[in-house]
Amino acid sequence: MKNWWKILTVIVMFYVIFQGLLGTVPRQPILNESIRNLYFHVTMWFAMISMLLLSVIYSVRYLRSNAIQDDERSAEFAKTGILFGVLGCVTGSLWANFTWGEPWPNDPKLNSAAVGMLIYFAYLLLRNSFEDEQRRGRISAVYNIFAFAVFVPLIFVLPRLTDSLHPGNGGNPAFSSYDLDNQMRLVFYPASIGWILLGLWITQLRYRLKAVHRKQLENLAERPLERINS
Amino acid sequence: MNEIRTLLWKEIALEWRQRYALSGMLLYIVSTITVCYLSFNARPDLLTPIVWNTLFWIILLFTAVNAIAKSFAQERLGRLLYYYTLANPQAIILSKIIYNSLLMLLLAGIGFGFYVFVMGNPVLDLGMYLLSIVLGSIGFASTLTMVAGIASKAENSSTLMAVLSFPIILPMLLMIIKLSKNALDGLDRSVSMDEISTLLAIDTIVIMLSYLLFPYLWRS
Repeated sequence: MKNWWKILTVIVMFYVIFQGLLGTVPRQPILNESIRNLYFHVTMWFAMISMLLLSVIYSVRYLRSNAIQDDERSAEFAKTGILFGVLGCVTGSLWANFTWGEPWPNDPKLNSAAVGMLIYFAYLLLRNSFEDEQRRGRISAVYNIFAFAVFVPLIFVLPRLTDSLHPGNGGNPAFSSYDLDNQMRLVFYPASIGWILLGLWITQLRYRLKAVHRKQLENLAERPLERINS
Repeated sequence: MNEIRTLLWKEIALEWRQRYALSGMLLYIVSTITVCYLSFNARPDLLTPIVWNTLFWIILLFTAVNAIAKSFAQERLGRLLYYYTLANPQAIILSKIIYNSLLMLLLAGIGFGFYVFVMGNPVLDLGMYLLSIVLGSIGFASTLTMVAGIASKAENSSTLMAVLSFPIILPMLLMIIKLSKNALDGLDRSVSMDEISTLLAIDTIVIMLSYLLFPYLWRS
């Protein structure tokens, strides 16, 4: 069974969606039912970081191997990472609207996330500005590694130095200390794994589509030669 | 080491031979400051220390982007090929970073002097503020040199330079603004240790990465 993890993804996602929306959650002031967003908002960032980390790993591999497959994988991982980042912003915005009163409060974590998204949009722009495959691969891999090195302090270090509305920052107690009870953990951990697996799956499909496209182009390029030969 | 010194010397000699570029950058920062000064003339009381500080750093950021963007763009293709055969890429990037840091120190120093001259000087802890300028100049130079190298490989490099560098430079800029605000308010120096160490850490990461990654960029 090569595709066991896809079956696992489907099962885990079903479990997370049903248990996340219907399961019992602790009653908290202000948070109320919106605490369920924990399964869908926080996990997005885990999935995003994993995707971007994989993207950087493939960028490093590309610089070592110069195989165009590694570059395409790296780009697709980055795109899936961006998707999760955007979804994380949207779910966070929804949550903030209910708990903090406005969809985009001036919070260092939100701003860092927005800047992080800008960095990766710039990465996509950079990719699109090259015609030559090898050149595009090499330069965007260099930028990708460079960007990730700045992205990590931006997301993990900067918000912790200032006050934030988020739990676990600026003197606020961490989420786990007061409301991540064992019941929620049973959904939260599978949710993190499930979203990451889903991200892998999306990336794999997109990469395969890319590969098929590339093969098609190669065949198209070879056909006139065949005709001349025959 | 010798190679870096030679390359650094070449950069300085090249800059000195075309002094119009250097004077152009000096004029750029001076006229930007003048524009800001005259724009705030209507309500000078709005120029609180916070605004004063932020405005200064934004002016410096734009100057840095403009000054460093040309560090690769001005090299002609033939000359690049010539270096390619002569020098090793690590020496080239290090010499460019050092040169750009010196350039930024010069521009920031003159800019700060002129800024204080026209906009007044609310800084309470001048030594610390100057330290933040030094750290900021070196940080800007090291980050932007690498981004300029990346952007120069693409076609519309001036737009790309801004798009690529602004988000990447932001963590550094925020740290510097915080550090210089502490100096502005004359807070105790121990308060700023956090910012200084984070800045130094980001600088080190950026320079190490430039050193490791530039050979790949250079080859294309």
